[in-house]
Amino acid sequence: MTDFIGANLPYLLGGISVGGQYALIAIGYTMVYGILRLINFAHGDIFTVAGFLMVYMSATMPLAVSLPLTIALTVLLGFLVERAAYKPLREAPRMSIMISAIGVSYLLQNLMWYITGGLAKQYPRLPWVSDSVTIFTATTKVVTLVTPVLTLALVIALVQLINHSRIGMAMRAVSKDFETAKLMGIKIDRVISITFIIGSFLAAVGSALYFTNYTAVTPTVGAMPGLKAFVAAVFGGIGSIPGAVIGAFIIGVSENIIKALGLTTFSDAFTFALLILILIFKPTGLFGEAATDKV
Amino acid sequence: MSLLTVRDLKVSYGGIEALKGISFDVDEKKIVTLIGANGAGKSTTLRAISGLVPIKAGAITFEGRDITSLDTSQIVAQGVVLVPEGRRVFPNLTVLENLKIGAYLRRDQAEIKKATEYVFERFPRLEERHWQMAGTLSGGEQQMLAVGRALMARPRLLMMDEPSLGLAPLVVRDIFTIIHRLSEEGMTILLIEQNANAALRAADTAYVMETGRITMTGTGEELLNNQAIRDAYLGTKRVRKPKVPDAADTTASPTTQSIPATDPSA
Repeated sequence: MTDFIGANLPYLLGGISVGGQYALIAIGYTMVYGILRLINFAHGDIFTVAGFLMVYMSATMPLAVSLPLTIALTVLLGFLVERAAYKPLREAPRMSIMISAIGVSYLLQNLMWYITGGLAKQYPRLPWVSDSVTIFTATTKVVTLVTPVLTLALVIALVQLINHSRIGMAMRAVSKDFETAKLMGIKIDRVISITFIIGSFLAAVGSALYFTNYTAVTPTVGAMPGLKAFVAAVFGGIGSIPGAVIGAFIIGVSENIIKALGLTTFSDAFTFALLILILIFKPTGLFGEAATDKV
Repeated sequence: MSLLTVRDLKVSYGGIEALKGISFDVDEKKIVTLIGANGAGKSTTLRAISGLVPIKAGAITFEGRDITSLDTSQIVAQGVVLVPEGRRVFPNLTVLENLKIGAYLRRDQAEIKKATEYVFERFPRLEERHWQMAGTLSGGEQQMLAVGRALMARPRLLMMDEPSLGLAPLVVRDIFTIIHRLSEEGMTILLIEQNANAALRAADTAYVMETGRITMTGTGEELLNNQAIRDAYLGTKRVRKPKVPDAADTTASPTTQSIPATDPSA
Protein backbone atom coordinates (compact mmCIF):
# COMPACT_ATOMS: atom_id res chain seq x y z
CA MET A 1 0.00 0.00 0.00
CA THR A 2 2.72 2.43 1.00
CA ASP A 3 4.52 1.50 -2.17
CA PHE A 4 1.45 2.20 -4.21
CA ILE A 5 0.99 5.61 -2.62
CA GLY A 6 4.68 6.33 -2.87
CA ALA A 7 4.63 5.49 -6.55
CA ASN A 8 1.47 7.35 -7.48
CA LEU A 9 1.16 10.26 -5.10
CA PRO A 10 3.76 12.39 -6.88
CA TYR A 11 1.77 12.11 -10.11
CA LEU A 12 -1.45 13.07 -8.41
CA LEU A 13 0.17 16.01 -6.64
CA GLY A 14 1.86 17.02 -9.86
CA GLY A 15 -1.47 16.85 -11.64
CA ILE A 16 -3.23 19.03 -9.13
CA SER A 17 -0.36 21.46 -9.22
CA VAL A 18 -0.14 21.75 -12.98
CA GLY A 19 -3.93 21.93 -13.06
CA GLY A 20 -3.76 25.00 -10.82
CA GLN A 21 -1.24 26.60 -13.16
CA TYR A 22 -3.45 25.89 -16.17
CA ALA A 23 -6.38 27.31 -14.23
CA LEU A 24 -4.63 30.62 -13.63
CA ILE A 25 -3.99 30.97 -17.35
CA ALA A 26 -7.40 29.63 -18.36
CA ILE A 27 -9.21 32.33 -16.39
CA GLY A 28 -7.62 34.97 -18.61
CA TYR A 29 -8.90 33.23 -21.72
CA THR A 30 -12.37 32.67 -20.39
CA MET A 31 -12.88 36.16 -18.95
CA VAL A 32 -11.79 37.90 -22.13
CA TYR A 33 -13.99 35.57 -24.15
CA GLY A 34 -16.90 36.24 -21.80
CA ILE A 35 -16.72 39.96 -22.48
CA LEU A 36 -15.29 40.37 -25.99
CA ARG A 37 -16.14 36.97 -27.52
CA LEU A 38 -12.47 36.90 -28.43
CA ILE A 39 -9.99 34.07 -28.06
CA ASN A 40 -7.00 36.08 -26.93
CA PHE A 41 -4.25 34.14 -28.69
CA ALA A 42 -1.62 36.41 -27.19
CA HIS A 43 -2.47 35.26 -23.67
CA GLY A 44 -0.06 32.30 -23.68
CA ASP A 45 2.72 34.61 -24.84
CA ILE A 46 2.01 37.09 -22.08
CA PHE A 47 2.49 34.16 -19.72
CA THR A 48 5.90 33.47 -21.32
CA VAL A 49 6.92 37.13 -21.25
CA ALA A 50 6.24 37.08 -17.51
CA GLY A 51 8.74 34.20 -17.27
CA PHE A 52 11.46 36.15 -19.08
CA LEU A 53 10.78 39.33 -17.15
CA MET A 54 11.39 37.36 -13.98
CA VAL A 55 14.61 35.89 -15.38
CA TYR A 56 16.04 39.28 -16.29
CA MET A 57 14.89 41.16 -13.27
CA SER A 58 15.88 38.63 -10.66
CA ALA A 59 19.41 38.81 -12.07
CA THR A 60 19.81 42.30 -10.66
CA MET A 61 17.13 42.67 -8.04
CA PRO A 62 16.10 40.89 -4.88
CA LEU A 63 13.04 38.69 -5.07
CA ALA A 64 10.95 41.09 -3.01
CA VAL A 65 11.33 43.62 -5.83
CA SER A 66 11.60 41.45 -8.92
CA LEU A 67 8.48 39.36 -8.34
CA PRO A 68 6.05 42.24 -7.75
CA LEU A 69 7.70 44.19 -10.57
CA THR A 70 7.32 41.23 -12.93
CA ILE A 71 3.65 40.96 -12.08
CA ALA A 72 3.16 44.71 -12.51
CA LEU A 73 4.90 44.78 -15.89
CA THR A 74 2.95 41.75 -17.11
CA VAL A 75 -0.28 43.48 -16.14
CA LEU A 76 0.88 46.59 -17.98
CA LEU A 77 1.68 44.49 -21.05
CA GLY A 78 -1.78 42.90 -21.03
CA PHE A 79 -3.35 46.34 -20.69
CA LEU A 80 -1.27 47.80 -23.54
CA VAL A 81 -1.95 44.87 -25.87
CA GLU A 82 -5.68 45.42 -25.42
CA ARG A 83 -5.40 49.18 -25.95
CA ALA A 84 -3.16 48.92 -29.01
CA ALA A 85 -4.41 45.81 -30.78
CA TYR A 86 -8.02 45.19 -29.73
CA LYS A 87 -9.59 48.49 -28.73
CA PRO A 88 -9.29 50.10 -32.18
CA LEU A 89 -11.19 47.10 -33.58
CA ARG A 90 -14.16 47.32 -31.22
CA GLU A 91 -16.64 47.89 -34.03
CA ALA A 92 -14.86 45.62 -36.52
CA PRO A 93 -16.01 42.10 -37.40
CA ARG A 94 -14.93 39.52 -34.87
CA MET A 95 -12.58 37.90 -37.33
CA SER A 96 -10.45 41.05 -37.54
CA ILE A 97 -9.80 41.22 -33.83
CA MET A 98 -8.97 37.49 -33.80
CA ILE A 99 -6.38 38.03 -36.53
CA SER A 100 -5.03 40.95 -34.54
CA ALA A 101 -4.67 38.61 -31.54
CA ILE A 102 -2.71 36.09 -33.61
CA GLY A 103 -0.52 38.96 -34.81
CA VAL A 104 0.20 40.07 -31.24
CA SER A 105 1.04 36.49 -30.33
CA TYR A 106 3.68 36.25 -33.07
CA LEU A 107 4.96 39.74 -32.33
CA LEU A 108 5.58 38.85 -28.70
CA GLN A 109 7.19 35.52 -29.60
CA ASN A 110 9.51 37.14 -32.11
CA LEU A 111 10.42 39.92 -29.73
CA MET A 112 11.36 37.27 -27.22
CA TRP A 113 13.50 35.45 -29.79
CA TYR A 114 15.17 38.71 -30.67
CA ILE A 115 15.88 39.81 -27.13
CA THR A 116 16.93 36.46 -25.70
CA GLY A 117 18.78 35.26 -28.77
CA GLY A 118 16.67 32.11 -28.66
CA LEU A 119 18.62 30.53 -25.85
CA ALA A 120 16.82 28.93 -22.94
CA LYS A 121 17.16 30.98 -19.79
CA GLN A 122 17.40 29.52 -16.35
CA TYR A 123 14.43 30.53 -14.21
CA PRO A 124 15.57 31.81 -10.82
CA ARG A 125 15.23 29.62 -7.79
CA LEU A 126 12.56 31.00 -5.54
CA PRO A 127 13.18 30.54 -1.83
CA TRP A 128 10.91 28.15 0.02
CA VAL A 129 8.64 27.21 -2.92
CA SER A 130 11.59 25.66 -4.78
CA ASP A 131 12.55 23.61 -1.71
CA SER A 132 11.88 19.93 -1.60
CA VAL A 133 9.36 18.45 0.73
CA THR A 134 8.41 14.86 1.51
CA ILE A 135 4.81 13.88 2.04
CA PHE A 136 4.26 10.27 3.00
CA THR A 137 6.96 8.75 0.89
CA ALA A 138 6.66 11.14 -2.03
CA THR A 139 9.20 13.88 -2.54
CA THR A 140 8.14 16.98 -4.35
CA LYS A 141 8.71 20.74 -4.38
CA VAL A 142 6.80 23.01 -2.04
CA VAL A 143 5.41 24.78 -5.10
CA THR A 144 3.42 21.66 -5.91
CA LEU A 145 1.50 22.09 -2.68
CA VAL A 146 1.35 25.87 -2.80
CA THR A 147 -0.10 26.05 -6.32
CA PRO A 148 -3.54 24.53 -5.76
CA VAL A 149 -4.02 26.44 -2.51
CA LEU A 150 -3.00 29.76 -4.03
CA THR A 151 -5.05 29.07 -7.15
CA LEU A 152 -8.19 28.36 -5.17
CA ALA A 153 -7.66 31.42 -2.99
CA LEU A 154 -7.30 33.64 -6.07
CA VAL A 155 -10.30 32.07 -7.77
CA ILE A 156 -12.47 32.58 -4.70
CA ALA A 157 -11.35 36.19 -4.47
CA LEU A 158 -12.10 36.70 -8.14
CA VAL A 159 -15.54 35.14 -7.94
CA GLN A 160 -16.32 37.35 -4.95
CA LEU A 161 -15.18 40.37 -6.92
CA ILE A 162 -17.36 39.46 -9.88
CA ASN A 163 -20.46 38.60 -7.88
CA HIS A 164 -20.37 41.22 -5.17
CA SER A 165 -18.58 44.34 -6.33
CA ARG A 166 -19.64 47.28 -8.42
CA ILE A 167 -17.05 46.57 -11.10
CA GLY A 168 -17.95 42.86 -11.07
CA MET A 169 -21.58 43.74 -11.68
CA ALA A 170 -20.50 45.99 -14.54
CA MET A 171 -18.45 43.12 -16.01
CA ARG A 172 -21.42 40.79 -15.93
CA ALA A 173 -23.59 43.45 -17.54
CA VAL A 174 -21.05 44.23 -20.25
CA SER A 175 -20.63 40.53 -21.00
CA LYS A 176 -24.33 40.37 -21.91
CA ASP A 177 -25.04 43.66 -23.60
CA PHE A 178 -22.53 46.39 -24.48
CA GLU A 179 -25.06 48.94 -25.52
CA THR A 180 -27.39 48.70 -22.57
CA ALA A 181 -24.38 48.70 -20.26
CA LYS A 182 -23.40 52.03 -21.85
CA LEU A 183 -26.90 53.33 -21.15
CA MET A 184 -26.29 52.64 -17.47
CA GLY A 185 -23.32 54.99 -17.62
CA ILE A 186 -20.76 52.17 -17.62
CA LYS A 187 -17.55 52.94 -19.48
CA ILE A 188 -17.09 49.81 -21.57
CA ASP A 189 -13.43 50.39 -22.35
CA ARG A 190 -12.61 50.65 -18.69
CA VAL A 191 -14.36 47.37 -17.90
CA ILE A 192 -12.53 45.63 -20.74
CA SER A 193 -9.19 47.02 -19.55
CA ILE A 194 -9.85 45.71 -16.07
CA THR A 195 -10.65 42.28 -17.52
CA PHE A 196 -7.28 42.19 -19.27
CA ILE A 197 -5.54 43.42 -16.14
CA ILE A 198 -7.04 40.62 -14.05
CA GLY A 199 -6.25 38.01 -16.71
CA SER A 200 -2.64 39.16 -17.03
CA PHE A 201 -2.20 39.31 -13.28
CA LEU A 202 -3.31 35.70 -12.91
CA ALA A 203 -1.13 34.64 -15.86
CA ALA A 204 1.87 36.30 -14.19
CA VAL A 205 1.21 34.43 -10.94
CA GLY A 206 0.69 31.21 -12.90
CA SER A 207 3.95 31.86 -14.73
CA ALA A 208 5.94 32.13 -11.51
CA LEU A 209 4.45 28.87 -10.24
CA TYR A 210 4.89 27.08 -13.55
CA PHE A 211 8.51 28.01 -14.26
CA THR A 212 9.56 27.25 -10.72
CA ASN A 213 8.72 23.69 -11.61
CA TYR A 214 10.21 23.64 -15.12
CA THR A 215 13.19 25.98 -14.68
CA ALA A 216 13.98 26.70 -18.37
CA VAL A 217 12.25 29.58 -20.18
CA THR A 218 12.28 29.73 -23.99
CA PRO A 219 10.17 31.97 -26.24
CA THR A 220 7.81 29.18 -27.22
CA VAL A 221 7.62 27.35 -23.91
CA GLY A 222 4.37 29.10 -23.04
CA ALA A 223 2.61 27.83 -26.12
CA MET A 224 1.82 24.38 -24.73
CA PRO A 225 0.52 25.41 -21.28
CA GLY A 226 -1.28 28.27 -23.04
CA LEU A 227 -3.00 25.85 -25.41
CA LYS A 228 -3.88 23.46 -22.62
CA ALA A 229 -5.32 26.28 -20.55
CA PHE A 230 -7.36 27.20 -23.58
CA VAL A 231 -8.60 23.61 -23.86
CA ALA A 232 -9.44 23.76 -20.16
CA ALA A 233 -11.47 26.92 -20.74
CA VAL A 234 -13.36 25.27 -23.60
CA PHE A 235 -13.84 22.09 -21.59
CA GLY A 236 -15.31 23.99 -18.66
CA GLY A 237 -17.48 26.09 -20.96
CA ILE A 238 -15.76 29.17 -22.30
CA GLY A 239 -16.94 32.29 -20.51
CA SER A 240 -17.39 30.44 -17.21
CA ILE A 241 -14.75 30.98 -14.53
CA PRO A 242 -15.60 27.96 -12.35
CA GLY A 243 -15.75 25.93 -15.56
CA ALA A 244 -12.25 26.97 -16.56
CA VAL A 245 -10.87 26.12 -13.13
CA ILE A 246 -12.51 22.71 -12.95
CA GLY A 247 -11.53 22.00 -16.55
CA ALA A 248 -7.93 22.93 -15.78
CA PHE A 249 -7.73 20.64 -12.76
CA ILE A 250 -9.30 17.75 -14.68
CA ILE A 251 -6.81 18.16 -17.52
CA GLY A 252 -3.84 18.53 -15.19
CA VAL A 253 -4.71 15.43 -13.18
CA SER A 254 -5.64 13.34 -16.25
CA GLU A 255 -2.35 14.15 -17.93
CA ASN A 256 -0.43 13.02 -14.91
CA ILE A 257 -2.47 9.84 -14.54
CA ILE A 258 -1.53 9.04 -18.11
CA LYS A 259 2.10 9.71 -17.28
CA ALA A 260 1.80 7.42 -14.24
CA LEU A 261 0.52 4.70 -16.52
CA GLY A 262 3.75 5.00 -18.47
CA LEU A 263 2.14 6.67 -21.48
CA THR A 264 3.95 10.00 -21.13
CA THR A 265 4.23 10.33 -24.91
CA PHE A 266 0.46 10.50 -25.18
CA SER A 267 -0.28 12.96 -22.38
CA ASP A 268 -0.44 15.98 -24.70
CA ALA A 269 -2.38 14.01 -27.28
CA PHE A 270 -4.91 13.16 -24.61
CA THR A 271 -5.64 16.83 -23.92
CA PHE A 272 -6.30 17.60 -27.54
CA ALA A 273 -8.31 14.43 -28.07
CA LEU A 274 -10.42 15.67 -25.17
CA LEU A 275 -10.88 19.00 -26.95
CA ILE A 276 -12.11 17.23 -30.07
CA LEU A 277 -14.53 15.12 -28.05
CA ILE A 278 -15.92 18.17 -26.26
CA LEU A 279 -16.38 20.04 -29.48
CA ILE A 280 -18.25 17.09 -30.93
CA PHE A 281 -20.41 16.07 -28.00
CA LYS A 282 -20.80 19.14 -25.82
CA PRO A 283 -19.61 22.24 -27.62
CA THR A 284 -20.76 24.49 -24.78
CA GLY A 285 -18.54 22.66 -22.28
CA LEU A 286 -19.36 21.71 -18.71
CA PHE A 287 -20.82 25.04 -17.60
CA GLY A 288 -21.13 26.96 -20.81
CA GLU A 289 -24.29 28.68 -21.91
CA ALA A 290 -25.83 28.03 -25.26
CA ALA A 291 -24.15 30.31 -27.74
CA THR A 292 -26.08 33.52 -28.12
CA ASP A 293 -24.79 36.14 -30.46
CA LYS A 294 -24.73 39.65 -29.17
CA VAL A 295 -26.95 42.07 -30.98
CA MET B 1 -39.20 75.95 -20.45
CA SER B 2 -37.60 73.70 -22.94
CA LEU B 3 -35.54 70.99 -21.26
CA LEU B 4 -34.25 69.38 -24.42
CA THR B 5 -33.85 71.03 -27.78
CA VAL B 6 -32.84 69.20 -30.91
CA ARG B 7 -31.83 71.30 -33.89
CA ASP B 8 -31.20 70.07 -37.43
CA LEU B 9 -30.12 66.66 -36.25
CA LYS B 10 -28.67 64.50 -38.99
CA VAL B 11 -27.60 60.90 -38.57
CA SER B 12 -26.54 58.51 -41.24
CA TYR B 13 -25.24 55.02 -41.21
CA GLY B 14 -24.17 52.77 -43.99
CA GLY B 15 -24.66 55.57 -46.50
CA ILE B 16 -28.33 55.92 -45.59
CA GLU B 17 -29.49 59.14 -44.03
CA ALA B 18 -31.66 57.96 -41.16
CA LEU B 19 -32.34 61.47 -39.87
CA LYS B 20 -32.42 64.24 -42.41
CA GLY B 21 -32.26 67.25 -40.15
CA ILE B 22 -34.95 67.12 -37.49
CA SER B 23 -35.74 69.77 -34.91
CA PHE B 24 -38.00 69.50 -31.90
CA ASP B 25 -38.32 70.52 -28.28
CA VAL B 26 -39.18 68.68 -25.12
CA ASP B 27 -40.66 70.97 -22.51
CA GLU B 28 -40.12 70.38 -18.84
CA LYS B 29 -42.63 68.13 -17.06
CA LYS B 30 -44.38 67.28 -20.29
CA ILE B 31 -44.93 64.06 -22.20
CA VAL B 32 -43.66 64.42 -25.73
CA THR B 33 -44.12 61.67 -28.24
CA LEU B 34 -42.69 60.87 -31.63
CA ILE B 35 -44.93 58.70 -33.75
CA GLY B 36 -44.36 57.22 -37.14
CA ALA B 37 -43.99 53.97 -38.99
CA ASN B 38 -41.15 51.50 -38.71
CA GLY B 39 -38.00 52.98 -40.15
CA ALA B 40 -39.14 56.58 -39.79
CA GLY B 41 -36.16 57.30 -37.54
CA LYS B 42 -37.82 57.40 -34.13
CA SER B 43 -35.43 54.99 -32.43
CA THR B 44 -32.48 56.58 -34.17
CA THR B 45 -33.49 59.93 -32.70
CA LEU B 46 -33.42 58.59 -29.15
CA ARG B 47 -30.20 56.70 -29.77
CA ALA B 48 -28.57 59.83 -31.15
CA ILE B 49 -29.63 61.84 -28.09
CA SER B 50 -28.13 59.12 -25.88
CA GLY B 51 -24.87 59.15 -27.82
CA LEU B 52 -25.23 55.59 -29.09
CA VAL B 53 -25.03 56.53 -32.75
CA PRO B 54 -22.65 59.11 -34.22
CA ILE B 55 -24.21 62.44 -35.12
CA LYS B 56 -23.38 63.88 -38.51
CA ALA B 57 -24.72 67.38 -37.99
CA GLY B 58 -26.95 69.36 -35.71
CA ALA B 59 -27.08 70.25 -32.05
CA ILE B 60 -28.66 68.71 -28.97
CA THR B 61 -29.03 70.95 -25.95
CA PHE B 62 -30.10 69.76 -22.53
CA GLU B 63 -30.87 72.28 -19.79
CA GLY B 64 -29.07 74.87 -21.86
CA ARG B 65 -25.88 72.78 -22.16
CA ASP B 66 -24.67 71.39 -25.45
CA ILE B 67 -24.56 67.60 -25.11
CA THR B 68 -24.09 66.80 -28.79
CA SER B 69 -20.54 65.54 -28.48
CA LEU B 70 -20.67 63.94 -25.03
CA ASP B 71 -20.34 60.17 -24.71
CA THR B 72 -23.17 58.02 -23.41
CA SER B 73 -21.84 57.84 -19.88
CA GLN B 74 -21.62 61.64 -19.62
CA ILE B 75 -25.09 62.04 -21.12
CA VAL B 76 -26.51 59.66 -18.51
CA ALA B 77 -24.69 61.65 -15.84
CA GLN B 78 -26.53 64.76 -17.07
CA GLY B 79 -29.82 62.98 -16.38
CA VAL B 80 -30.82 61.92 -19.88
CA VAL B 81 -31.78 58.27 -19.51
CA LEU B 82 -33.09 55.89 -22.15
CA VAL B 83 -35.29 52.85 -21.59
CA PRO B 84 -34.21 50.89 -24.65
CA GLU B 85 -36.47 49.11 -27.08
CA GLY B 86 -37.10 45.49 -26.21
CA ARG B 87 -36.43 46.22 -22.50
CA ARG B 88 -32.91 44.86 -22.54
CA VAL B 89 -32.77 43.97 -18.85
CA PHE B 90 -29.60 42.09 -17.93
CA PRO B 91 -30.89 38.50 -17.81
CA ASN B 92 -27.88 37.24 -15.85
CA LEU B 93 -28.31 39.80 -13.07
CA THR B 94 -30.94 39.64 -10.36
CA VAL B 95 -33.80 42.11 -10.33
CA LEU B 96 -32.13 43.98 -7.49
CA GLU B 97 -28.80 44.06 -9.31
CA ASN B 98 -30.51 45.39 -12.42
CA LEU B 99 -31.82 48.25 -10.32
CA LYS B 100 -28.44 48.84 -8.69
CA ILE B 101 -26.72 48.97 -12.04
CA GLY B 102 -29.24 51.59 -13.09
CA ALA B 103 -27.69 53.74 -10.38
CA TYR B 104 -24.17 52.91 -11.55
CA LEU B 105 -23.03 56.51 -11.68
CA ARG B 106 -24.42 57.36 -8.27
CA ARG B 107 -22.15 56.85 -5.31
CA ASP B 108 -24.25 57.70 -2.29
CA GLN B 109 -25.40 54.34 -0.89
CA ALA B 110 -28.15 55.90 1.22
CA GLU B 111 -29.54 57.68 -1.84
CA ILE B 112 -29.39 54.48 -3.86
CA LYS B 113 -31.28 52.67 -1.14
CA LYS B 114 -33.92 55.38 -1.14
CA ALA B 115 -34.22 55.15 -4.91
CA THR B 116 -34.63 51.37 -4.68
CA GLU B 117 -37.45 51.80 -2.18
CA TYR B 118 -39.03 54.39 -4.45
CA VAL B 119 -38.98 51.93 -7.35
CA PHE B 120 -40.27 49.04 -5.22
CA GLU B 121 -43.11 51.23 -4.02
CA ARG B 122 -44.15 51.87 -7.61
CA PHE B 123 -43.54 48.32 -8.78
CA PRO B 124 -44.33 45.95 -5.89
CA ARG B 125 -43.86 43.00 -8.26
CA LEU B 126 -40.19 43.84 -8.50
CA GLU B 127 -39.80 43.77 -4.75
CA GLU B 128 -41.45 40.34 -4.57
CA ARG B 129 -39.03 39.09 -7.17
CA HIS B 130 -35.94 41.08 -6.26
CA TRP B 131 -33.76 37.97 -5.92
CA GLN B 132 -34.76 36.42 -9.24
CA MET B 133 -32.64 36.51 -12.34
CA ALA B 134 -34.18 39.18 -14.55
CA GLY B 135 -34.21 36.73 -17.46
CA THR B 136 -36.90 34.71 -15.70
CA LEU B 137 -39.38 37.60 -15.49
CA SER B 138 -42.35 37.93 -17.81
CA GLY B 139 -42.28 40.53 -20.57
CA GLY B 140 -44.40 42.97 -18.60
CA GLU B 141 -42.29 42.57 -15.48
CA GLN B 142 -39.15 43.08 -17.54
CA GLN B 143 -40.59 46.32 -18.86
CA MET B 144 -41.35 47.45 -15.32
CA LEU B 145 -37.79 46.54 -14.41
CA ALA B 146 -36.41 48.46 -17.36
CA VAL B 147 -38.37 51.53 -16.30
CA GLY B 148 -37.40 51.05 -12.66
CA ARG B 149 -33.76 50.66 -13.66
CA ALA B 150 -33.92 53.92 -15.57
CA LEU B 151 -35.51 55.69 -12.60
CA MET B 152 -32.57 54.57 -10.45
CA ALA B 153 -30.35 56.94 -12.41
CA ARG B 154 -32.48 59.85 -11.20
CA PRO B 155 -33.37 61.01 -14.72
CA ARG B 156 -34.29 64.57 -15.56
CA LEU B 157 -35.47 63.36 -18.94
CA LEU B 158 -36.80 59.84 -19.32
CA MET B 159 -36.78 58.56 -22.88
CA MET B 160 -38.77 55.43 -23.65
CA ASP B 161 -38.39 53.46 -26.83
CA GLU B 162 -41.51 51.41 -27.61
CA PRO B 163 -42.34 50.49 -24.01
CA SER B 164 -45.51 48.65 -25.05
CA LEU B 165 -43.91 46.55 -27.78
CA GLY B 166 -44.87 42.90 -27.58
CA LEU B 167 -46.85 43.23 -24.37
CA ALA B 168 -50.38 42.03 -23.67
CA PRO B 169 -53.06 44.76 -23.82
CA LEU B 170 -53.60 44.72 -20.06
CA VAL B 171 -49.89 45.18 -19.46
CA VAL B 172 -49.79 47.98 -22.03
CA ARG B 173 -52.45 49.74 -19.99
CA ASP B 174 -50.32 49.34 -16.86
CA ILE B 175 -47.32 50.82 -18.65
CA PHE B 176 -49.30 53.87 -19.72
CA THR B 177 -50.68 54.25 -16.20
CA ILE B 178 -47.09 54.37 -14.99
CA ILE B 179 -46.14 56.90 -17.63
CA HIS B 180 -49.02 59.14 -16.50
CA ARG B 181 -48.11 58.77 -12.87
CA LEU B 182 -44.46 59.64 -13.49
CA SER B 183 -45.56 62.66 -15.48
CA GLU B 184 -47.86 63.81 -12.69
CA GLU B 185 -44.91 63.57 -10.32
CA GLY B 186 -43.04 66.00 -12.54
CA MET B 187 -40.99 63.72 -14.79
CA THR B 188 -40.27 64.89 -18.32
CA ILE B 189 -40.88 62.07 -20.76
CA LEU B 190 -39.94 61.59 -24.40
CA LEU B 191 -41.89 58.62 -25.65
CA ILE B 192 -41.83 56.82 -28.95
CA GLU B 193 -44.48 54.32 -29.76
CA GLN B 194 -45.97 52.36 -32.60
CA ASN B 195 -49.12 52.27 -30.54
CA ALA B 196 -49.86 55.78 -31.77
CA ASN B 197 -53.31 55.84 -30.29
CA ALA B 198 -52.16 55.38 -26.71
CA ALA B 199 -49.13 57.61 -27.24
CA LEU B 200 -51.19 60.50 -28.58
CA ARG B 201 -53.69 60.17 -25.76
CA ALA B 202 -50.86 60.46 -23.26
CA ALA B 203 -48.88 63.18 -24.98
CA ASP B 204 -48.87 66.91 -24.38
CA THR B 205 -46.95 67.44 -27.60
CA ALA B 206 -46.54 65.07 -30.50
CA TYR B 207 -44.35 64.97 -33.57
CA VAL B 208 -44.99 62.81 -36.61
CA MET B 209 -41.94 61.37 -38.29
CA GLU B 210 -41.70 60.06 -41.83
CA THR B 211 -38.49 58.70 -43.31
CA GLY B 212 -36.12 60.79 -41.28
CA ARG B 213 -38.13 64.00 -41.18
CA ILE B 214 -40.67 65.56 -38.87
CA THR B 215 -43.73 66.19 -40.98
CA MET B 216 -46.29 67.38 -38.51
CA THR B 217 -46.58 68.58 -34.96
CA GLY B 218 -49.32 69.49 -32.54
CA THR B 219 -50.79 68.59 -29.21
CA GLY B 220 -51.64 64.94 -28.73
CA GLU B 221 -55.29 65.77 -28.99
CA GLU B 222 -54.90 67.74 -32.21
CA LEU B 223 -53.13 64.90 -33.92
CA LEU B 224 -55.60 62.41 -32.52
CA ASN B 225 -58.35 64.34 -34.29
CA ASN B 226 -56.43 64.87 -37.51
CA GLN B 227 -57.96 62.80 -40.28
CA ALA B 228 -54.68 62.17 -42.09
CA ILE B 229 -53.06 60.90 -38.90
CA ARG B 230 -56.06 58.78 -38.11
CA ASP B 231 -55.88 57.20 -41.53
CA ALA B 232 -52.16 56.66 -41.51
CA TYR B 233 -51.39 55.60 -37.95
CA LEU B 234 -54.50 54.96 -35.95
CA GLY B 235 -56.27 52.50 -38.21
CA THR B 236 -59.64 53.95 -37.35
CA LYS B 237 -61.09 53.65 -40.83
CA ARG B 238 -63.65 50.93 -40.97
CA VAL B 239 -61.74 48.45 -43.04
CA ARG B 240 -61.11 44.78 -42.54
CA LYS B 241 -57.84 44.55 -40.67
CA PRO B 242 -55.02 42.88 -42.54
CA LYS B 243 -53.57 39.74 -40.99
CA VAL B 244 -50.20 41.31 -40.21
CA PRO B 245 -51.09 44.46 -38.28
CA ASP B 246 -47.60 45.95 -38.14
CA ALA B 247 -47.04 45.73 -41.87
CA ALA B 248 -47.74 49.47 -41.95
CA ASP B 249 -45.07 50.60 -44.35
CA THR B 250 -43.97 54.18 -44.43
CA THR B 251 -46.45 55.58 -46.88
CA ALA B 252 -49.21 53.03 -46.80
CA SER B 253 -52.42 53.81 -45.00
CA PRO B 254 -54.61 51.04 -43.61
CA THR B 255 -56.82 51.18 -46.66
CA THR B 256 -53.96 50.37 -48.95
CA GLN B 257 -52.44 47.71 -46.76
CA SER B 258 -54.52 44.86 -48.01
CA ILE B 259 -53.71 45.79 -51.57
CA PRO B 260 -50.23 44.92 -52.81
CA ALA B 261 -48.23 48.11 -52.40
CA THR B 262 -47.71 49.02 -56.01
CA ASP B 263 -48.86 52.59 -55.87
CA PRO B 264 -46.21 54.76 -54.19
CA SER B 265 -48.46 57.80 -54.15
CA ALA B 266 -50.99 56.07 -51.94
